[in-house]
Amino acid sequence: MKIPARHNSGITILEPKGKITIGVGDVALREAVHEAVDAGAQNILINLQEVTTIDSSGIGELVAAYTTVTNRGGNLKLLNLPPKVQDILQITQLFTVFDVLDSEEEAIASFS
Amino acid sequence: MAYSTREPRVHLEIGSRLENVELVQIAVEASLQQLAIEEGVSCQIGTAVREAVANAIKHGNKSDASKQVSVDFRIQGDEIVIEVKDEGVGFDPGRVPNPLEPDNLLRPNGRGILLIREFMDRVEYDFQNERGTALIMRKHVELPQEDSDRQEEEEE
Repeated sequence: MKIPARHNSGITILEPKGKITIGVGDVALREAVHEAVDAGAQNILINLQEVTTIDSSGIGELVAAYTTVTNRGGNLKLLNLPPKVQDILQITQLFTVFDVLDSEEEAIASFS
Repeated sequence: MAYSTREPRVHLEIGSRLENVELVQIAVEASLQQLAIEEGVSCQIGTAVREAVANAIKHGNKSDASKQVSVDFRIQGDEIVIEVKDEGVGFDPGRVPNPLEPDNLLRPNGRGILLIREFMDRVEYDFQNERGTALIMRKHVELPQEDSDRQEEEEE
């Protein structure tokens, strides 16, 4: 599974679909983030709208992606969290780490 | 597959491969669906089982595909009881770093047990030394009445 990427106003937007779980979408997410960073992306927005399931490995990949991007001086934010993903971010207290937005327009503006 | 809410029981044995995590979650959620368990609760139980099986494969059996993980699913009273057993030597749950500590928030792993404890009512470990480690998880659920119960009520 390859995660599609597109660009809007200089922001790289990754749009995973389906599962981000151990052995399913977690590796694809890691590869997509590394590919974007290697291509010079500074600001990355991950749109989770189409994600149906996430587990602790998927959450771990989001955290690893955040660390990878911020260590290189960039920003990584999350967009359109489905309720199940919101619940897990709440439980793991990662709302205190991630900047989470509800609209792409608002998200793009927040990077500037 | 017909279930009685009196004594439903599902037993699965899988090799320690991560792709089997998905199979176990599907089987458990299908069993919960048969019992007409509410979807949100079913999803929580399914996630807890997924995390428990992934830990059993990765940490218990060290991803050795020749080692088995067993999953036992049963109803006891008004509780779903799920036991996940590996062939590992066990661990000290007290030494697992708390993923909610500020210094641990950015660790990429270590949240599985937190999710299990959050989604289930009671979680216990049974360390069986050389015979493996069992994680026993329980959750109260609202079970539908059985036909025999309904008949008794109607007769009264």
